[in-house]
Amino acid sequence: MNKFTEEDVRYFANFARIAISDQDAAQFSELISELVGFGDVLNEVDTEGVKPMTHPLQLYNVLRVDVPQDVLDREEMLAGVEEHEDGMIKVPNIL
Amino acid sequence: MTLMKKTATELQTLLHNREVSVKEVTEDSFKQIKALDDKVQAFLTLTEEDALARAEQLDNEPLENRGSLFGLPIGIKDNIITKGITTTCASKMLENFVPVYDAAVVEKVHEAGMISVGKLNMDEFAMGSTTERSAFQTTHNPWKLDRVPGGSSGGSAAAVAAGEVLFSLGTDTGGSVRQPAAFCGIVGMKPTYGRISRYGLVAFASSLDQIGPLTRTVEDNAMLLSAIAGVDHRDSSSSSKEIPNLIAGLTGDIKGLRIAVPKEYMGEGVAQDVKESVQAALTVLESLGATWDEVSLPHSHYASPTYYAIATAEASSNLARFDGIRYGYHPENAKNLNEIYLRARAEGFGTEVKKRILYGTYALSADHHEDLYVKAMKVRTLIAQDFASVFENYDIIVGPTSATTAYEIGGVVRDSLTLYTNDILTVPVNLAGIPAISIPCGFSDGLPIGLQMIGKHFDEATLYRVAHAFEQATEHHKRTPSIGEGQE
Repeated sequence: MNKFTEEDVRYFANFARIAISDQDAAQFSELISELVGFGDVLNEVDTEGVKPMTHPLQLYNVLRVDVPQDVLDREEMLAGVEEHEDGMIKVPNIL
Repeated sequence: MTLMKKTATELQTLLHNREVSVKEVTEDSFKQIKALDDKVQAFLTLTEEDALARAEQLDNEPLENRGSLFGLPIGIKDNIITKGITTTCASKMLENFVPVYDAAVVEKVHEAGMISVGKLNMDEFAMGSTTERSAFQTTHNPWKLDRVPGGSSGGSAAAVAAGEVLFSLGTDTGGSVRQPAAFCGIVGMKPTYGRISRYGLVAFASSLDQIGPLTRTVEDNAMLLSAIAGVDHRDSSSSSKEIPNLIAGLTGDIKGLRIAVPKEYMGEGVAQDVKESVQAALTVLESLGATWDEVSLPHSHYASPTYYAIATAEASSNLARFDGIRYGYHPENAKNLNEIYLRARAEGFGTEVKKRILYGTYALSADHHEDLYVKAMKVRTLIAQDFASVFENYDIIVGPTSATTAYEIGGVVRDSLTLYTNDILTVPVNLAGIPAISIPCGFSDGLPIGLQMIGKHFDEATLYRVAHAFEQATEHHKRTPSIGEGQE
């Protein structure tokens, strides 16, 4: 892929849940085409047999008993929520 | 003269002898901020009332209960959350966000008796390297006000350089502590991934992000790192590896130290004045008993595209939480749930953030996941292996922190080769998860130049020891910008 078209912008913006105007589509098409070209350079590297590095450290799962810890207060948590009622967050009807 | 140009140790002596009180130190910090920050624009939020109340309280603390950072002012980058104090990430998305708990590092600086004076400007969600991408203001470099302070921790670096605070916390995902430290002529450390808990840091790229201290001297920096490092059960990637006594390690002795200088870090794109400063620094290190050789980190050239693929992929996932419902920007009169999402994110995020989310979404999409995201993770392995093989024979790696000195604010198209080289110098360290420090090593045309030293995993101690020895052998750290002079 060489050119990130305006159609591509709309396609991926839909997954990312970002509204896109016509002006945005043109702008991001140009900006992201540059990045796509930049990323193509990676094809030069021979990665045959190389394992992907998912994390900078070797991590191991550490398990603990499933008892709630560091529980934040619900009222405090809701203080920053724009719309809520009876301890629940309100959203528009989805059905 | 302001107290903000002293070192932590000097201030501790004054506090101990009751020559100044914690309240006076705090007041001095706010006096400096009021005198200078109209020009520097480092702070987004000040917490003067809380800070002074806390200072008065701390003045009653018996001397024997006080540690080396007790009563000293600190500024916090605005992507580190602070209970009851607005935390914006310099984004319209979080303009009115008031967190209900403190980040682990904020708890720790408070436990050490430090006084938080406010929140510092940055590029929106830490995406940028000039602090021009803040949604609210552009921070100016205290050395020359028409220059950028670097970024994304530009507010953190500028506030320390201007003498508004002694300490600040920044974050470094691809160079965001080291490059602004270099541009502002101060000391900035990106510790090993896992050294410091990221609990309460608003995530940008979780496998790369690390919090780091910014200070004027190496000793102050080591003190702050010692205070904030350590394992935390709330961040499963934080390490329980023991932290050596970093201050006791500042012996000035670097005899026999083996330094590697990657040819890729001194190549085309690095400005002549920067190269000369780094060469001069190597001569100083030699005179202290170190030796150096040129080496190669052959995959450096690929670090930047690797970084952009991985960092944006992780960001596209991390920033999905900003849905306009639970916190943050909430669009008015949205008709349905999807419209809330679409509008909150379109209206709340700036262009750079949207661009990176879109590219990251593309990198993770079914059609491109293998050839871009997984490919980048494989190249990341090769980049980490480059470092590992150099560290078989050398103790540290030395090079410039940035290819040039600070750019002009609003500078039109910056030479892409320069920007690309700048990334080469800092992002490989994050990809490998190793520590690196930037310290001042010279000036060109009145602007500071930064020397970068890169170490082995969890070996911050060697970096501090070498940085301290270099600092004590040179005068660069004694220069401060003229903007702070005359504040009696």
